[in-house]
Amino acid sequence: MAATVLLVRRRAWSSGLIATGRQFSTCRIAEREKNIAVVGGGAAGFYTAARILQKASDTNIDIFEKLPTPHGLVRYGVAPDHPEVKNCMSKFDDVAGSERVRFFGNVQVCGTSDKHQPGFLSLDSLRSVYDGVVLSYGASKDRRLNIPGEDGKILDSGDNNNNRLGVVSARQFVAWYNGLPEAQELELDLESYDKIVVIGHGNVALDCARILLTDVNSLASTDITEQALKKLSGSKIRHVEIVGRRGPLQVSFTTKELREMTKLDNVQVICDRQLLESECQSAAGQAYLQQSRALKRMMDLLLKHSVASEDASKEQKSFKLSFLKSPVEMLFDQKWNENGSEIIVPQLFRFQINRLEGPPESAKAVSTDSFTEIPCAMALRSIGYVSTPLDGAPFDKQRNIVPNIAGRVVDNGVVPGLYVSGWVKRGPVGVIATTMQDAYRTADALVMDINNGHVAGDNMPQSSRSAIDRMLEDAGVAQSRVTNDDWKRLEEFEIEKGRQFGKPREKVTDVQEMLSIIRNSA
Amino acid sequence: MSAVFTRSAALIRPQLQRLRSPHSPFSPASLLAVFGVQSLRLPCASSRLSHHRQTAAAAAFTTSAIRAKNVTVTFIEPDGNEVKATGEEGTNLMELAHENDVDLEGACEGACACSTCHVILPDSIYDSLPEPSDEENDMLDLAFGLTDTSRLGCQVLLSPEMEGMRIKLPSATRNFYVDGAKPSHH
Repeated sequence: MAATVLLVRRRAWSSGLIATGRQFSTCRIAEREKNIAVVGGGAAGFYTAARILQKASDTNIDIFEKLPTPHGLVRYGVAPDHPEVKNCMSKFDDVAGSERVRFFGNVQVCGTSDKHQPGFLSLDSLRSVYDGVVLSYGASKDRRLNIPGEDGKILDSGDNNNNRLGVVSARQFVAWYNGLPEAQELELDLESYDKIVVIGHGNVALDCARILLTDVNSLASTDITEQALKKLSGSKIRHVEIVGRRGPLQVSFTTKELREMTKLDNVQVICDRQLLESECQSAAGQAYLQQSRALKRMMDLLLKHSVASEDASKEQKSFKLSFLKSPVEMLFDQKWNENGSEIIVPQLFRFQINRLEGPPESAKAVSTDSFTEIPCAMALRSIGYVSTPLDGAPFDKQRNIVPNIAGRVVDNGVVPGLYVSGWVKRGPVGVIATTMQDAYRTADALVMDINNGHVAGDNMPQSSRSAIDRMLEDAGVAQSRVTNDDWKRLEEFEIEKGRQFGKPREKVTDVQEMLSIIRNSA
Repeated sequence: MSAVFTRSAALIRPQLQRLRSPHSPFSPASLLAVFGVQSLRLPCASSRLSHHRQTAAAAAFTTSAIRAKNVTVTFIEPDGNEVKATGEEGTNLMELAHENDVDLEGACEGACACSTCHVILPDSIYDSLPEPSDEENDMLDLAFGLTDTSRLGCQVLLSPEMEGMRIKLPSATRNFYVDGAKPSHH
């Protein structure tokens, strides 16, 4: 019955969307239907499509996604214990369900063809048949530390389980527990010692820490994969230390995520209270906090809920916020003095101690002559994501974005008909709401150009769904493509399988398996 | 009735709100049958509003089959467009906006997990409401164009004293056209 209610509501919402669209389509120059391609089926792509649908009638949108599954980081990035954040998927479903939208899953734009994808599309071939192309392909790589030992050490014993892993990508760790196919072989060491070090003071670092410290039983009812649950239930990790180059006033996570850390069962929040207090109480710190309500609330939360290392109870698990340290190198199987006795620790992370220079809003970390070491089973790096260039589109290698003005791609002047939205437009920062706003900006620019006759299409009378379909057929993607209906059947399978485990869904984590479920249920 | 945020309740909550909508074909009685009285309490327990608000909401909810008071407010969209909307006491502002095709988002569907239903209330109404919860404030911290009287629409329930209230939607678009182009007139 609840499902029926949702369906009724969904239909009402869709018709509302169409109704609102009506008022924006009065001032049109072009008569012909416009065809827009969106490259990337994550939040940026779907929000861009949603806005175009709402603001420009007579526009068809095709969304291209490398994976058979849509929703990008909403599916593979948002933590399993944040189901409410994933509610935006129902809006994406409304978009994908529109008659004017087609989903092309399992189609890579500008990638190399492999066994799942007989064809691939170049950006040029898209631009030859679409009036406009929106690049919303996000940021698929993560930043490395570039320190000795980062890639770990293979032990001579020949036993893979004993390999030292060095510093593993936090992004990969997140992708692993969220079921991203390419991350399922990720090696993790959650057993050889009781501590993990995370480098970076953003929300991804907090997500990793929270998943590692949360009682595994309370994750069992989320959409975390069974494989991840199994691995986590054997975890010996009791302490997670997240390390940043700078101080407490320079953290970039948000209050909600920090608050969650303070509410974890049997976990203490530890930080250098002396530093925290002196930073908050300095004249510059006070002035800075007065300007920023968000930071002020976050520091108050930390002051209220954290304890100093020396006051921490040995009985509880711990989440430690560690400041003013830059990674230097990772050492393996070192001697370590623990509670007066000498042991061998699997990994020893060496840091250089920093001090801060300059005002809090732009404080720089300056190295001192002191060093410190933290023993750990492994480390995770979470110092930001990076977008990669796409053949045929300009790319700013300094900023790692597609250069643009208000979402219009520029390359010595505006490139007609080429747009960009989401992380590849502004860099990989912000929450879903930020990406939504950003995608709307791009869509508004595109719709403005359509209304003013400035999209590429006006010199391109051949753009039509039949020309598009011919091109897709020729490129060999028409056969391997996953449609929205295909995806909904796969999702149905996941939800049904999830029911057996008492979860909202159990994700299929292998592309071949996804494709065969889709084919077999057709 | 603690104001502690419970995740399961947050998930049920938007659905309950849907059921409660005046356009919904389901009466509160059928809702009781769906969720049972026990789980019916969840949205109240999980509400980030004060005890007073919760009771008011619960009362409005349970008696809505008999007669709930209608309240009319005006939403002012970023472009200045005004939309009058009437809803039953206890309806939240996000839901009311959506029912009236007001251009207000609600990415997390009322679970207090995003900032996209940000609204700006008149001073007097804002002051008369209980303080936002920590969780709501955490989200407001991330809202565009935050003001002293900003709230999340999903956390504010219609009450009789809001009759005639004018609700501003923040203008997130005001810095959009950095290249000097003017938005076209729709």
